[in-house]
Amino acid sequence: MKSEQPQEQEVTVAVTAETSLRPCSFTGRMKTAAAELSAQQILKLTLLALGLIIWYPVYGRLAPFSLWITHDIFRIAPNTHLGDAVSFFFLDIPKVFMLLVLVIFGVGIIRSFFTPERTRDILAGKREVLGDVLAALLGVVTPFCSCSAVPLFIGFVEAGIPIGVTFAFLISAPMVNEIALVLLFGLFGWRIALIYLSMGLLIAMTTGWIIGRLNMERQVEDWVYEIRMGQTPALLQKLTWMSRIDYGLHQVRDIVGKVWLYIILGIGAGAAIHGYVPEGFLAALMGRQAWWSVPVAVILGAPLYSNAAGIIPVVQALLAKGAALGTVLAFMMSIIGISFPECVILRKVLKPRLIAVFIGVVTAGIIIVGFIFNAIM
Amino acid sequence: MKKLQVLGPGCPKCMELARRTEEAAKAAGGDYEVEKVSDLGKIMAFGVLMPPALVVDGEVKVVGQVPSVEEIKKMIA
Repeated sequence: MKSEQPQEQEVTVAVTAETSLRPCSFTGRMKTAAAELSAQQILKLTLLALGLIIWYPVYGRLAPFSLWITHDIFRIAPNTHLGDAVSFFFLDIPKVFMLLVLVIFGVGIIRSFFTPERTRDILAGKREVLGDVLAALLGVVTPFCSCSAVPLFIGFVEAGIPIGVTFAFLISAPMVNEIALVLLFGLFGWRIALIYLSMGLLIAMTTGWIIGRLNMERQVEDWVYEIRMGQTPALLQKLTWMSRIDYGLHQVRDIVGKVWLYIILGIGAGAAIHGYVPEGFLAALMGRQAWWSVPVAVILGAPLYSNAAGIIPVVQALLAKGAALGTVLAFMMSIIGISFPECVILRKVLKPRLIAVFIGVVTAGIIIVGFIFNAIM
Repeated sequence: MKKLQVLGPGCPKCMELARRTEEAAKAAGGDYEVEKVSDLGKIMAFGVLMPPALVVDGEVKVVGQVPSVEEIKKMIA
């Protein structure tokens, strides 16, 4: 990392308080920070703390709540198709939204420490293998959306980051999606979430390494090498805790505002599968015995594009009906990780050959992961 | 006159920021010139890695987010 990057806290204090009277102790700093809060900010923090305190007790009572709605409010008899579907719907909707809000907020705060600028500075000057590993890890926590893929790519190339390392980042960022990770954790437990995380990282690292080996530097459009980055804007260098919290809240509003419809549709589809598709029905189609189901799932998933948040309730329902975990994970990763719009955007900076290699290696990686899972689970 | 530049290569978020900036400029009623910058070279010359971004008189005010119209009004005041 560049040495000129100052410690954030220091800068904040220096900017806001009189520099001559800067308190050095932790409590002193806290006092200065508290004195600078406005009434509105204090109200916001109080509400936030209250929300965090009641979150868990509410979350723990969602299952009885969903049964109560289904059987007592809607008067649908238990153990019917409709009853199953409706209670699934009313259990998953609040569950998913509560998890999302909490996690996006938490991730938002973590992300405020890993801006793309900082990630770039960390990666600059790292060698291939270490760089691939770091890039894949940073891809999980650095904020990323498909519209920032191209500027990020250019910024990384300009900073002299090897192309393989850049790809490790570009693959891990969308593939290991924090929303997917949290939903997997909430709906299936930590084991599957961990498997998803490590497999995503593995694919990103290996793909990065392979692309690095292939000497693809010439496959980047020439104009990319001519762009010169400006100085990192000052506002990104001084972040206070209050602005980190605001950033987290902003992320919640942004992301939930964008994905809520996908989630409701996804849970609706999941509920329908849950209530009406017979138990074990998918075993023949997407089960372990059907080896071809993994590549088919990946090929079907690649052109589909959905939010991680929308696809996971479907995944949950598919699994419950006898689909094999590897097949379903492969389907999900291919939907999230290979997106057609993103490839179109990347075409601006990459020549077709490199795009083909990118899609090919990622697809192969996902298929292999699917096979491994079906073999070991 | 203040110069407002909305940096964005044309993604939905960038268009939303441009729309809100225009709305904020109109509501604030001052003398503003709103310019949309979609050229990547120019965007990156501002040091922005994650569009959209809002630049007021050459100073980057927001990166990677779409603030509300009210928040933009404060930034351009």
